[in-house]
Amino acid sequence: MTRQMTGAKMVVQALKDQGVDVVFGYPGGAVLPIYDEVFQQNDIRHILVRHEQGAVHAAEGYARSTGKPGVVLVTSGPGATNAVTGLTDALMDSIPIVVLTGQVPTFMIGTDAFQEADTVGITRPCTKHNWLVNDTEKLSDVMHQAFHVATSGRPGPVLVDIPKDVQFASAEYTPPAKATVSHYQPQVKGDMDTITELVEAIEKAERPIFYTGGGVINSGPAASQLLRELVSATGFPITSTLMGLGAYPASGESWMGMLGMHGLYEANLAMHDCDLMVNIGARFDDRITGRLDAFSPGSKKAHIDIDPSSINKVIKTDIPIIGDIAHVLEDVLKVWKARGRKTNKAAVAKWWEQIEEWKTVKCLAFTQEGKTIKPQYALERLEALTKGHDRYICTEVGQHQMWAAQYMGFEDPNRWMTSGGLGTMGYGFPASIGVQVAHPDALVINVAGEASWLMNMQEMGTAVQFRLPVKQFILNNERLGMVRQWQELLHGERYSHSWSEALPDFVKLAEAFGCKGIMVQDPADLDDAIMEMINYDGPVIFDCLVTKHENCFPMIPSGQPHNKMLLGEDASTKDAIGASGAVLV
Amino acid sequence: MSALKIKKGSSQHSAYNLRPTFSDTVESHTLAVIVDNEPGVLARVIGLFSGRGYNIDSLTVAEVDHQGHQSRITIVTRGTPQVIEQIKAQLGRIVVVHDVHDLTVEGSSVERELALLKVEGTGDKRVEALRLADIFRTNVVDSTLDSFVFEITGTPDKVDAFADLMRPLGLTEIARTGVAALVRGT
Repeated sequence: MTRQMTGAKMVVQALKDQGVDVVFGYPGGAVLPIYDEVFQQNDIRHILVRHEQGAVHAAEGYARSTGKPGVVLVTSGPGATNAVTGLTDALMDSIPIVVLTGQVPTFMIGTDAFQEADTVGITRPCTKHNWLVNDTEKLSDVMHQAFHVATSGRPGPVLVDIPKDVQFASAEYTPPAKATVSHYQPQVKGDMDTITELVEAIEKAERPIFYTGGGVINSGPAASQLLRELVSATGFPITSTLMGLGAYPASGESWMGMLGMHGLYEANLAMHDCDLMVNIGARFDDRITGRLDAFSPGSKKAHIDIDPSSINKVIKTDIPIIGDIAHVLEDVLKVWKARGRKTNKAAVAKWWEQIEEWKTVKCLAFTQEGKTIKPQYALERLEALTKGHDRYICTEVGQHQMWAAQYMGFEDPNRWMTSGGLGTMGYGFPASIGVQVAHPDALVINVAGEASWLMNMQEMGTAVQFRLPVKQFILNNERLGMVRQWQELLHGERYSHSWSEALPDFVKLAEAFGCKGIMVQDPADLDDAIMEMINYDGPVIFDCLVTKHENCFPMIPSGQPHNKMLLGEDASTKDAIGASGAVLV
Repeated sequence: MSALKIKKGSSQHSAYNLRPTFSDTVESHTLAVIVDNEPGVLARVIGLFSGRGYNIDSLTVAEVDHQGHQSRITIVTRGTPQVIEQIKAQLGRIVVVHDVHDLTVEGSSVERELALLKVEGTGDKRVEALRLADIFRTNVVDSTLDSFVFEITGTPDKVDAFADLMRPLGLTEIARTGVAALVRGT
């Protein structure tokens, strides 16, 4: 049966056929035909955001919390350019999203038409792939390809640019089953010889460590399950990057906490002193490695990654395995079991003794005293009071993000949404909206700083309109905390433009948007206020006034190796970063 | 954290070092990249080089399979072995790239470049130019009473050598195609 339909109808049909149930978008002249089709159906829900950047971050939140691709629909020109930050964010963090942009009609492309922008040109470096569809005949095929590319291999954002005349014209619809089979079919099975080499290394290791990343979560729930099995079977310690939190449970026996620039003391020292490092779906980011020539000097390094370009990019790998985490871990377990489940138990027990000794430093210890709430305390209480809930945590970017990663525990994958690679302030609030849309009954909290939160605060309108009970947990220090911290450490305490003056009254702001505002400043009131936030059936702006000059520790100063961490306020921080480290971000 | 003892095995280096300890010998490699010939494909490849700070010494592109709509992009690039490996891996990530061949490591290959050189002059210089052009087995593709256009095909070195010789003899313009290359044998 051939099905003739307009390009606009094709877009909606392709979305349905791809299993899409929600689209985040904002209409405009060049996508009106598609919006007309969206209006005339009930299968796909459309969430009207207040800014296109918000649409992309919401789609990212949706994608990260469900494992399904997020879909965005925006107009040409400014609609598309506003989506660029979100696209770049999704590219850096390997999040599958499909962005559909309207374009001026084909016969006007290149004439500097109203709301024309070279969308595929602008987004080429910030998408995994993009298409300008200049013929309705090809549209449905491209739509299916777009979903294939976004979700296979290392996931990422794709963009389909659709001129308005292509939306109006009619052609035959190609269902997914008949779509062109893409030659893009990344390898998912790892090389068995190399996997055996890894198993041999696991058997012999005296000071092993698993270092896991977002790749485990992207690989799907099976990967997390296999990782847990591997960790508990071997008894090796495990640490994770910011992006990988939740793949292994924070309550798990072998959990060492996050590593990296603001990672835990014991995790970083273990990375430095290990003799076998098994990188599973992480990418040796500069936040993790610190100074490269002093990165884990004595270890053999194995690296499992689906993207060949991640291997040997910055750190030379001894055992490189290209493949999907779940597939590779399954094979690793199979081979390890077949060879008799061996580990060097005596040596590993000694290694754990060393780790336990490091843990006694208690690098996250802080003292809550006086009448001002410490941000760490606020998060510790938030963690304690929300632990049992069906909970999803988003964050913005900065100190609060690192504290959230340090003081909150994640038991499952897909429960933690944060902007890791790009570090996008303004990510968390729209992301929390996307998460809440996907999980209407869950408790969705965005841990924010007041400055980050203001970057996309317009989305409060979206939350209220769609009755999304997202909780905006703002740690308000009236400062750009992380900038301020770096200025203190690097720039002689000259706090150039790192404080927020003329902040809104967040409670009144909440009222103005038609939601609930809660302000708390006394530590004694904190628990009640958090409970009030949790129990309120609707979106809440929670304004938590915290100490203004709190620094985020532990910290590996830029240009330093893992074993040169700054631990806390009592430490000498004055000359922590030398001139050569100061050029780094 | 001054209170913490620095463990044995930490770095001996005092200077901050952004690069890992890979070999720093710069090599020249010729890459053949087979791509779908669709709009923007060249921009994707070039954008990768500029965006990640890689070098392009020479670039040639044309559709080589009209039915399959595939183009062959021949790129001569320079970098340390680790950078070359990264370039190949990054090229391989591009969705419309089918294959990346490193002709420099895949065995010996033949490399050819075509160039057109306009040499203006009269008298002895004109005669000498023609004599050298003959030695280099070039074709004269245009001639006026006071100029020649020579067509030369060969390795980039040969083209360079010929251009150097023509310079004092009145070389005014040169157009080069960039390198096309194939692996020898089967």
